[in-house]
Amino acid sequence: MSLSEKTIEETVSTLPLPDKIISNLSNELKKTRVTKKQLDEVIERALAAYENSRIPPCEAAGVVSAQSIGEPGTQMTMRTFHYAGVAEINVTLGLPRLIEIVDARKNPSTPMMTIFLEKEYAFDRDKARELAWKIEATYINSLGNTSTDITEMKIIIELNKKALNQRNIEVEELAGKIEEELGIPVSSSGTTLTMGPEEPSYRQLLQLGKQLRTVTLKGIKGIKRVVIRKEESGEYVLYTEGSELKQVLGIDGVDNTRTRTNNVNEIFEVMGIEAGRAALIHEATETLNEQGLTVDIRHLMLVADIMSVDGEVKSIGRHGISGEKASVLARAAFEVTVSHLLDSGIAGDVDELRGVTENVIVGQPIRLGTGNVRLISKKAT
Amino acid sequence: MKHKEATGREFKPLEHVMVPEHEVLDKNEIDKILAGYNIEKEQLPKIYDSDPAAAAIKAKVGDVIRIIRQSPTAGRAVFYRMVIKSSK
Repeated sequence: MSLSEKTIEETVSTLPLPDKIISNLSNELKKTRVTKKQLDEVIERALAAYENSRIPPCEAAGVVSAQSIGEPGTQMTMRTFHYAGVAEINVTLGLPRLIEIVDARKNPSTPMMTIFLEKEYAFDRDKARELAWKIEATYINSLGNTSTDITEMKIIIELNKKALNQRNIEVEELAGKIEEELGIPVSSSGTTLTMGPEEPSYRQLLQLGKQLRTVTLKGIKGIKRVVIRKEESGEYVLYTEGSELKQVLGIDGVDNTRTRTNNVNEIFEVMGIEAGRAALIHEATETLNEQGLTVDIRHLMLVADIMSVDGEVKSIGRHGISGEKASVLARAAFEVTVSHLLDSGIAGDVDELRGVTENVIVGQPIRLGTGNVRLISKKAT
Repeated sequence: MKHKEATGREFKPLEHVMVPEHEVLDKNEIDKILAGYNIEKEQLPKIYDSDPAAAAIKAKVGDVIRIIRQSPTAGRAVFYRMVIKSSK
Protein backbone atom coordinates (compact mmCIF):
# COMPACT_ATOMS: atom_id res chain seq x y z
CA MET A 1 0.00 0.00 0.00
CA SER A 2 1.43 3.34 -0.96
CA LEU A 3 1.64 6.22 1.47
CA SER A 4 -0.28 9.48 1.20
CA GLU A 5 1.50 12.67 0.22
CA LYS A 6 0.96 14.09 3.67
CA THR A 7 2.74 11.29 5.51
CA ILE A 8 5.63 11.45 3.06
CA GLU A 9 5.99 15.16 3.59
CA GLU A 10 5.83 14.81 7.36
CA THR A 11 8.47 12.10 7.54
CA VAL A 12 10.82 13.74 5.06
CA SER A 13 10.63 17.23 6.54
CA THR A 14 12.00 16.11 9.90
CA LEU A 15 15.18 14.62 8.42
CA PRO A 16 18.51 16.23 9.34
CA LEU A 17 19.16 17.44 5.79
CA PRO A 18 19.39 20.85 4.10
CA ASP A 19 16.10 22.38 2.94
CA LYS A 20 16.84 21.96 -0.71
CA ILE A 21 17.48 18.22 -0.44
CA ILE A 22 14.33 17.81 1.62
CA SER A 23 12.17 19.57 -0.94
CA ASN A 24 13.71 17.64 -3.83
CA LEU A 25 13.25 14.40 -1.98
CA SER A 26 9.62 14.99 -1.09
CA ASN A 27 8.80 16.19 -4.60
CA GLU A 28 10.29 13.07 -6.13
CA LEU A 29 8.65 10.78 -3.61
CA LYS A 30 5.25 12.31 -4.23
CA LYS A 31 5.51 11.51 -7.92
CA THR A 32 6.20 7.81 -7.33
CA ARG A 33 4.00 5.66 -5.17
CA VAL A 34 6.02 4.28 -2.31
CA THR A 35 5.24 1.97 0.54
CA LYS A 36 6.40 2.57 4.10
CA LYS A 37 9.20 0.06 3.65
CA GLN A 38 10.38 1.68 0.43
CA LEU A 39 10.22 5.12 2.00
CA ASP A 40 12.39 4.00 4.87
CA GLU A 41 14.94 2.61 2.48
CA VAL A 42 14.96 5.76 0.36
CA ILE A 43 15.50 7.85 3.47
CA GLU A 44 18.24 5.58 4.73
CA ARG A 45 20.09 5.77 1.43
CA ALA A 46 19.59 9.51 1.09
CA LEU A 47 21.05 10.06 4.54
CA ALA A 48 23.99 7.80 3.72
CA ALA A 49 24.61 9.61 0.43
CA TYR A 50 24.44 12.96 2.14
CA GLU A 51 26.83 11.88 4.87
CA ASN A 52 29.16 10.53 2.22
CA SER A 53 29.23 13.76 0.24
CA ARG A 54 29.84 16.02 3.20
CA ILE A 55 33.32 17.38 3.56
CA PRO A 56 35.13 15.47 6.31
CA PRO A 57 36.53 17.25 9.36
CA CYS A 58 40.11 18.53 8.93
CA GLU A 59 39.86 18.47 5.14
CA ALA A 60 41.87 21.22 3.45
CA ALA A 61 38.82 22.93 1.97
CA GLY A 62 40.71 26.11 1.14
CA VAL A 63 43.34 24.36 -0.93
CA VAL A 64 40.66 22.49 -2.87
CA SER A 65 38.88 25.78 -3.55
CA ALA A 66 42.08 27.49 -4.61
CA GLN A 67 42.84 24.75 -7.12
CA SER A 68 39.27 24.54 -8.36
CA ILE A 69 39.27 28.25 -9.17
CA GLY A 70 42.90 28.42 -10.21
CA GLU A 71 42.86 25.70 -12.84
CA PRO A 72 39.97 27.18 -14.90
CA GLY A 73 41.70 30.53 -14.38
CA THR A 74 44.56 29.30 -16.56
CA GLN A 75 42.14 28.89 -19.44
CA MET A 76 40.67 32.36 -19.21
CA THR A 77 41.38 35.03 -21.74
CA MET A 78 44.01 37.53 -20.87
CA ARG A 79 42.37 40.11 -23.05
CA THR A 80 40.86 42.78 -20.83
CA PHE A 81 38.05 44.39 -22.74
CA HIS A 82 35.05 43.00 -24.39
CA TYR A 83 31.74 44.41 -25.41
CA ALA A 84 29.46 42.12 -23.48
CA GLY A 85 26.71 41.64 -26.08
CA VAL A 86 24.30 43.26 -23.65
CA ALA A 87 23.69 46.87 -24.61
CA GLU A 88 27.14 47.51 -26.08
CA ILE A 89 28.57 48.56 -22.73
CA ASN A 90 32.25 47.97 -22.30
CA VAL A 91 33.05 45.72 -19.36
CA THR A 92 36.18 44.04 -18.07
CA LEU A 93 35.92 40.30 -18.43
CA GLY A 94 37.98 37.19 -17.99
CA LEU A 95 41.02 36.90 -15.79
CA PRO A 96 41.53 40.65 -15.18
CA ARG A 97 37.96 40.88 -13.88
CA LEU A 98 38.41 37.85 -11.61
CA ILE A 99 41.58 39.41 -10.19
CA GLU A 100 39.67 42.64 -9.65
CA ILE A 101 37.00 40.78 -7.69
CA VAL A 102 39.35 38.91 -5.36
CA ASP A 103 41.42 42.06 -4.88
CA ALA A 104 38.24 43.84 -3.75
CA ARG A 105 39.25 46.96 -5.68
CA LYS A 106 37.55 50.12 -4.51
CA ASN A 107 37.19 51.31 -8.09
CA PRO A 108 36.84 48.56 -10.68
CA SER A 109 38.06 49.55 -14.13
CA THR A 110 34.63 49.34 -15.73
CA PRO A 111 31.90 50.06 -13.20
CA MET A 112 28.46 49.28 -14.52
CA MET A 113 24.96 49.39 -13.12
CA THR A 114 21.81 47.50 -13.95
CA ILE A 115 18.90 49.74 -13.05
CA PHE A 116 15.49 48.17 -12.79
CA LEU A 117 12.48 50.45 -12.86
CA GLU A 118 9.27 50.52 -10.90
CA LYS A 119 6.18 49.14 -12.59
CA GLU A 120 4.75 52.37 -13.96
CA TYR A 121 8.10 53.19 -15.59
CA ALA A 122 9.29 49.76 -16.59
CA PHE A 123 6.79 49.16 -19.40
CA ASP A 124 6.66 52.68 -20.80
CA ARG A 125 9.43 53.54 -23.19
CA ASP A 126 8.99 57.31 -22.85
CA LYS A 127 9.04 57.25 -19.08
CA ALA A 128 12.08 55.00 -19.09
CA ARG A 129 13.81 57.39 -21.45
CA GLU A 130 12.94 60.31 -19.20
CA LEU A 131 14.52 58.53 -16.25
CA ALA A 132 17.58 57.71 -18.31
CA TRP A 133 18.11 61.42 -18.99
CA LYS A 134 17.76 62.08 -15.28
CA ILE A 135 20.54 59.64 -14.55
CA GLU A 136 23.00 60.25 -17.38
CA ALA A 137 25.37 63.13 -16.71
CA THR A 138 24.83 65.92 -19.20
CA TYR A 139 27.58 68.35 -20.11
CA ILE A 140 27.39 71.54 -22.10
CA ASN A 141 28.88 69.91 -25.17
CA SER A 142 25.80 67.80 -25.72
CA LEU A 143 23.44 70.75 -25.40
CA GLY A 144 24.90 73.20 -27.90
CA ASN A 145 27.91 74.84 -29.43
CA THR A 146 30.28 76.83 -27.29
CA SER A 147 32.37 79.56 -28.83
CA THR A 148 34.77 82.08 -27.32
CA ASP A 149 34.66 85.71 -28.40
CA ILE A 150 38.12 87.03 -27.67
CA THR A 151 37.43 90.66 -28.58
CA GLU A 152 34.43 90.85 -26.24
CA MET A 153 35.94 88.57 -23.58
CA LYS A 154 32.82 86.43 -23.62
CA ILE A 155 31.84 82.82 -23.94
CA ILE A 156 28.79 82.30 -26.10
CA ILE A 157 26.74 79.13 -26.00
CA GLU A 158 24.32 78.48 -28.83
CA LEU A 159 21.90 75.96 -27.35
CA ASN A 160 20.28 73.26 -29.38
CA LYS A 161 16.51 73.46 -28.90
CA LYS A 162 15.98 69.82 -29.72
CA ALA A 163 18.59 68.62 -27.26
CA LEU A 164 17.06 70.77 -24.54
CA ASN A 165 13.56 69.48 -25.16
CA GLN A 166 14.75 65.92 -25.23
CA ARG A 167 16.38 66.29 -21.86
CA ASN A 168 13.57 68.46 -20.51
CA ILE A 169 15.79 71.39 -19.51
CA GLU A 170 14.67 75.05 -19.56
CA VAL A 171 17.09 77.75 -20.70
CA GLU A 172 16.67 79.74 -17.46
CA GLU A 173 17.22 76.65 -15.38
CA LEU A 174 20.40 75.97 -17.28
CA ALA A 175 21.64 79.55 -16.87
CA GLY A 176 20.94 79.36 -13.13
CA LYS A 177 22.79 76.10 -12.84
CA ILE A 178 25.88 77.44 -14.59
CA GLU A 179 25.76 80.60 -12.45
CA GLU A 180 25.63 78.52 -9.32
CA GLU A 181 28.48 76.23 -10.34
CA LEU A 182 30.88 78.81 -11.76
CA GLY A 183 29.93 81.80 -9.62
CA ILE A 184 29.62 84.25 -12.50
CA PRO A 185 26.56 85.98 -13.95
CA VAL A 186 25.06 84.38 -17.06
CA SER A 187 22.76 86.31 -19.37
CA SER A 188 20.34 84.52 -21.63
CA SER A 189 18.42 85.65 -24.69
CA GLY A 190 16.37 83.09 -26.57
CA THR A 191 18.56 80.02 -26.85
CA THR A 192 21.83 81.89 -26.46
CA LEU A 193 23.77 82.09 -23.21
CA THR A 194 26.58 84.61 -22.72
CA MET A 195 29.03 84.86 -19.87
CA GLY A 196 32.42 86.35 -19.19
CA PRO A 197 35.08 86.26 -16.47
CA GLU A 198 34.92 88.81 -13.66
CA GLU A 199 38.10 90.50 -14.82
CA PRO A 200 38.80 90.55 -18.52
CA SER A 201 41.93 88.44 -18.98
CA TYR A 202 42.70 85.77 -21.56
CA ARG A 203 43.84 83.36 -18.93
CA GLN A 204 40.61 83.57 -17.00
CA LEU A 205 38.57 83.33 -20.14
CA LEU A 206 40.29 80.14 -21.17
CA GLN A 207 39.99 78.71 -17.69
CA LEU A 208 36.30 79.50 -17.63
CA GLY A 209 35.83 77.70 -20.91
CA LYS A 210 37.55 74.65 -19.47
CA GLN A 211 35.51 74.73 -16.28
CA LEU A 212 32.28 75.10 -18.20
CA ARG A 213 32.88 71.86 -20.00
CA THR A 214 33.20 69.91 -16.71
CA VAL A 215 30.00 71.16 -15.08
CA THR A 216 27.37 68.45 -14.70
CA LEU A 217 24.24 70.22 -15.84
CA LYS A 218 21.83 67.38 -15.35
CA GLY A 219 22.02 63.81 -14.13
CA ILE A 220 24.51 62.13 -11.85
CA LYS A 221 28.18 62.88 -12.07
CA GLY A 222 30.04 59.68 -12.78
CA ILE A 223 27.38 58.09 -14.98
CA LYS A 224 28.86 58.47 -18.41
CA ARG A 225 26.25 56.70 -20.45
CA VAL A 226 22.85 55.12 -20.04
CA VAL A 227 21.54 52.48 -22.39
CA ILE A 228 17.91 51.42 -22.39
CA ARG A 229 17.16 47.86 -23.24
CA LYS A 230 13.94 45.94 -23.48
CA GLU A 231 14.20 42.63 -21.73
CA GLU A 232 12.42 39.48 -22.83
CA SER A 233 9.81 40.10 -20.15
CA GLY A 234 8.85 43.31 -21.96
CA GLU A 235 10.32 45.41 -19.18
CA TYR A 236 12.75 48.24 -19.89
CA VAL A 237 16.02 48.07 -17.97
CA LEU A 238 18.71 50.74 -17.87
CA TYR A 239 22.37 49.82 -18.13
CA THR A 240 24.90 52.47 -17.20
CA GLU A 241 28.56 53.05 -17.73
CA GLY A 242 29.80 54.31 -14.39
CA SER A 243 28.28 53.48 -11.04
CA GLU A 244 26.69 55.66 -8.34
CA LEU A 245 24.40 53.25 -6.54
CA LYS A 246 23.46 55.46 -3.64
CA GLN A 247 22.40 58.40 -5.77
CA VAL A 248 20.56 56.28 -8.30
CA LEU A 249 18.55 54.58 -5.56
CA GLY A 250 17.37 58.03 -4.50
CA ILE A 251 15.69 58.72 -7.82
CA ASP A 252 11.95 58.22 -8.04
CA GLY A 253 10.98 55.44 -10.37
CA VAL A 254 14.08 53.32 -9.76
CA ASP A 255 13.27 49.91 -8.33
CA ASN A 256 15.01 49.95 -4.96
CA THR A 257 14.75 46.22 -4.49
CA ARG A 258 16.54 44.96 -7.59
CA THR A 259 18.87 47.67 -8.89
CA ARG A 260 22.50 46.60 -8.68
CA THR A 261 26.04 47.46 -9.65
CA ASN A 262 29.12 45.42 -10.49
CA ASN A 263 31.14 47.38 -7.92
CA VAL A 264 31.27 45.05 -4.91
CA ASN A 265 32.55 47.71 -2.52
CA GLU A 266 29.73 50.03 -3.41
CA ILE A 267 27.19 47.31 -2.69
CA PHE A 268 28.86 46.65 0.65
CA GLU A 269 28.70 50.32 1.58
CA VAL A 270 25.11 50.83 0.56
CA MET A 271 23.53 47.50 1.47
CA GLY A 272 25.84 45.88 3.98
CA ILE A 273 28.22 42.99 4.27
CA GLU A 274 25.73 40.25 3.45
CA ALA A 275 24.84 41.89 0.16
CA GLY A 276 28.56 42.38 -0.42
CA ARG A 277 29.12 38.68 0.03
CA ALA A 278 26.27 37.89 -2.35
CA ALA A 279 27.72 40.34 -4.88
CA LEU A 280 31.16 38.71 -4.68
CA ILE A 281 29.66 35.29 -5.41
CA HIS A 282 27.49 36.68 -8.19
CA GLU A 283 30.28 38.57 -9.92
CA ALA A 284 32.76 35.69 -9.70
CA THR A 285 30.25 33.16 -11.03
CA GLU A 286 29.22 35.46 -13.86
CA THR A 287 32.82 36.06 -14.85
CA LEU A 288 33.61 32.35 -14.92
CA ASN A 289 30.38 31.37 -16.66
CA GLU A 290 30.84 34.01 -19.32
CA GLN A 291 34.12 32.32 -20.22
CA GLY A 292 32.36 28.98 -20.44
CA LEU A 293 33.95 27.63 -17.30
CA THR A 294 32.03 25.84 -14.60
CA VAL A 295 33.34 26.07 -11.08
CA ASP A 296 31.26 24.68 -8.24
CA ILE A 297 29.65 27.61 -6.50
CA ARG A 298 30.75 26.23 -3.10
CA HIS A 299 34.35 27.17 -3.85
CA LEU A 300 33.37 30.73 -4.70
CA MET A 301 31.18 30.86 -1.60
CA LEU A 302 34.14 29.88 0.55
CA VAL A 303 36.23 32.67 -0.96
CA ALA A 304 33.41 35.18 -0.48
CA ASP A 305 32.90 34.00 3.11
CA ILE A 306 36.56 34.51 3.96
CA MET A 307 36.58 37.91 2.31
CA SER A 308 33.54 39.07 4.28
CA VAL A 309 34.10 37.35 7.63
CA ASP A 310 35.37 40.45 9.46
CA GLY A 311 32.42 42.66 8.59
CA GLU A 312 33.93 44.35 5.56
CA VAL A 313 34.99 43.21 2.12
CA LYS A 314 38.68 42.39 2.36
CA SER A 315 40.97 41.49 -0.47
CA ILE A 316 42.81 38.22 -0.77
CA GLY A 317 46.48 39.11 -0.69
CA ARG A 318 49.09 41.20 1.00
CA HIS A 319 46.76 43.99 2.07
CA GLY A 320 43.93 41.69 3.09
CA ILE A 321 43.54 38.12 4.25
CA SER A 322 47.11 36.89 3.73
CA GLY A 323 48.61 40.01 5.25
CA GLU A 324 46.63 39.59 8.45
CA LYS A 325 47.59 36.03 9.28
CA ALA A 326 48.66 35.59 12.88
CA SER A 327 51.82 33.67 12.02
CA VAL A 328 54.96 35.57 11.09
CA LEU A 329 56.33 32.69 9.04
CA ALA A 330 53.11 32.34 7.06
CA ARG A 331 53.16 36.03 6.19
CA ALA A 332 56.85 35.95 5.34
CA ALA A 333 56.29 32.95 3.09
CA PHE A 334 53.71 34.86 1.08
CA GLU A 335 55.13 38.22 0.07
CA VAL A 336 57.71 40.82 1.22
CA THR A 337 59.55 38.22 3.28
CA VAL A 338 62.33 40.36 4.67
CA SER A 339 60.23 43.18 6.06
CA HIS A 340 57.92 40.75 7.87
CA LEU A 341 60.82 38.89 9.47
CA LEU A 342 62.60 42.11 10.36
CA ASP A 343 59.53 43.78 11.87
CA SER A 344 58.62 40.79 14.01
CA GLY A 345 62.25 40.34 15.00
CA ILE A 346 62.31 43.89 16.31
CA ALA A 347 58.94 43.50 18.00
CA GLY A 348 59.85 40.12 19.48
CA ASP A 349 56.82 38.32 18.05
CA VAL A 350 56.17 34.70 18.91
CA ASP A 351 54.96 32.23 16.31
CA GLU A 352 52.61 29.67 17.80
CA LEU A 353 53.01 27.36 14.80
CA ARG A 354 49.31 26.65 14.55
CA GLY A 355 48.81 27.06 10.83
CA VAL A 356 49.79 24.95 7.87
CA THR A 357 52.44 27.11 6.19
CA GLU A 358 54.55 27.68 9.28
CA ASN A 359 54.58 23.98 10.11
CA VAL A 360 55.68 23.10 6.59
CA ILE A 361 58.51 25.61 6.99
CA VAL A 362 59.77 24.18 10.26
CA GLY A 363 59.24 20.61 9.09
CA GLN A 364 56.52 19.50 11.45
CA PRO A 365 53.43 17.54 10.50
CA ILE A 366 50.72 19.98 9.45
CA ARG A 367 47.49 20.15 11.36
CA LEU A 368 45.20 18.98 8.60
CA GLY A 369 43.49 15.70 7.95
CA THR A 370 44.96 12.98 10.15
CA GLY A 371 47.63 15.45 11.26
CA ASN A 372 45.03 17.24 13.33
CA VAL A 373 44.12 14.18 15.34
CA ARG A 374 45.92 13.47 18.59
CA LEU A 375 45.78 9.94 19.92
CA ILE A 376 46.12 9.31 23.61
CA SER A 377 46.22 5.78 24.93
CA LYS A 378 43.98 4.93 27.81
CA LYS A 379 45.57 3.25 30.76
CA ALA A 380 44.44 -0.30 31.16
CA THR A 381 42.28 -0.55 34.18
CA MET B 1 23.40 61.99 -0.40
CA LYS B 2 22.03 65.43 -1.07
CA HIS B 3 19.99 64.02 -3.85
CA LYS B 4 18.47 61.41 -1.59
CA GLU B 5 17.16 63.99 0.83
CA ALA B 6 15.81 66.09 -2.01
CA THR B 7 13.52 63.37 -3.30
CA GLY B 8 12.49 62.24 0.17
CA ARG B 9 13.03 58.62 -0.74
CA GLU B 10 14.56 56.32 1.75
CA PHE B 11 16.42 53.21 0.74
CA LYS B 12 15.56 50.23 2.89
CA PRO B 13 18.42 47.74 2.63
CA LEU B 14 16.39 44.83 3.94
CA GLU B 15 13.95 45.08 1.03
CA HIS B 16 16.65 44.56 -1.57
CA VAL B 17 16.86 41.13 -3.15
CA MET B 18 20.57 40.88 -2.39
CA VAL B 19 20.13 41.43 1.34
CA PRO B 20 19.04 38.32 3.26
CA GLU B 21 16.88 38.33 6.37
CA HIS B 22 18.60 39.82 9.44
CA GLU B 23 17.35 39.55 13.03
CA VAL B 24 18.79 40.39 16.44
CA LEU B 25 18.91 37.44 18.85
CA ASP B 26 18.10 37.56 22.55
CA LYS B 27 20.44 36.37 25.28
CA ASN B 28 19.02 32.85 25.64
CA GLU B 29 19.23 32.14 21.94
CA ILE B 30 22.82 33.35 21.80
CA ASP B 31 23.84 31.04 24.63
CA LYS B 32 22.12 28.12 22.99
CA ILE B 33 23.86 28.75 19.65
CA LEU B 34 27.28 29.25 21.22
CA ALA B 35 26.87 26.06 23.25
CA GLY B 36 25.81 24.23 20.09
CA TYR B 37 28.97 25.22 18.24
CA ASN B 38 31.09 25.09 21.40
CA ILE B 39 32.63 28.51 20.77
CA GLU B 40 32.90 31.95 22.37
CA LYS B 41 30.90 34.87 21.03
CA GLU B 42 34.07 36.55 19.73
CA GLN B 43 34.70 33.63 17.43
CA LEU B 44 31.60 34.36 15.35
CA PRO B 45 31.97 36.21 12.06
CA LYS B 46 31.56 39.96 12.43
CA ILE B 47 29.30 42.69 11.15
CA TYR B 48 29.85 46.42 11.68
CA ASP B 49 27.37 48.45 13.70
CA SER B 50 27.45 50.93 10.83
CA ASP B 51 26.44 48.22 8.37
CA PRO B 52 23.26 49.39 6.60
CA ALA B 53 21.48 46.09 7.20
CA ALA B 54 22.51 45.98 10.88
CA ALA B 55 21.49 49.60 11.35
CA ALA B 56 18.11 48.84 9.78
CA ILE B 57 17.31 46.34 12.55
CA LYS B 58 18.85 48.63 15.19
CA ALA B 59 21.55 46.19 16.27
CA LYS B 60 23.99 47.40 18.92
CA VAL B 61 27.63 46.51 19.50
CA GLY B 62 27.82 43.09 21.14
CA ASP B 63 24.53 41.83 19.70
CA VAL B 64 24.41 38.68 17.63
CA ILE B 65 22.52 38.80 14.36
CA ARG B 66 20.95 35.76 12.75
CA ILE B 67 21.09 35.88 8.98
CA ILE B 68 18.88 33.60 6.95
CA ARG B 69 20.21 33.33 3.44
CA GLN B 70 18.65 31.78 0.40
CA SER B 71 21.48 29.55 -0.64
CA PRO B 72 21.72 28.02 -4.12
CA THR B 73 23.19 24.86 -2.62
CA ALA B 74 21.38 24.31 0.67
CA GLY B 75 18.14 26.19 0.02
CA ARG B 76 18.03 27.92 3.35
CA ALA B 77 21.25 28.66 5.21
CA VAL B 78 21.48 30.16 8.68
CA PHE B 79 24.47 32.29 9.55
CA TYR B 80 25.42 34.31 12.60
CA ARG B 81 27.40 37.50 12.94
CA MET B 82 28.45 39.44 16.00
CA VAL B 83 28.06 43.21 15.85
CA ILE B 84 31.34 45.09 16.34
CA LYS B 85 32.22 48.74 16.34
CA SER B 86 33.14 50.01 12.92
CA SER B 87 36.78 51.11 12.67
CA LYS B 88 35.76 54.20 10.70
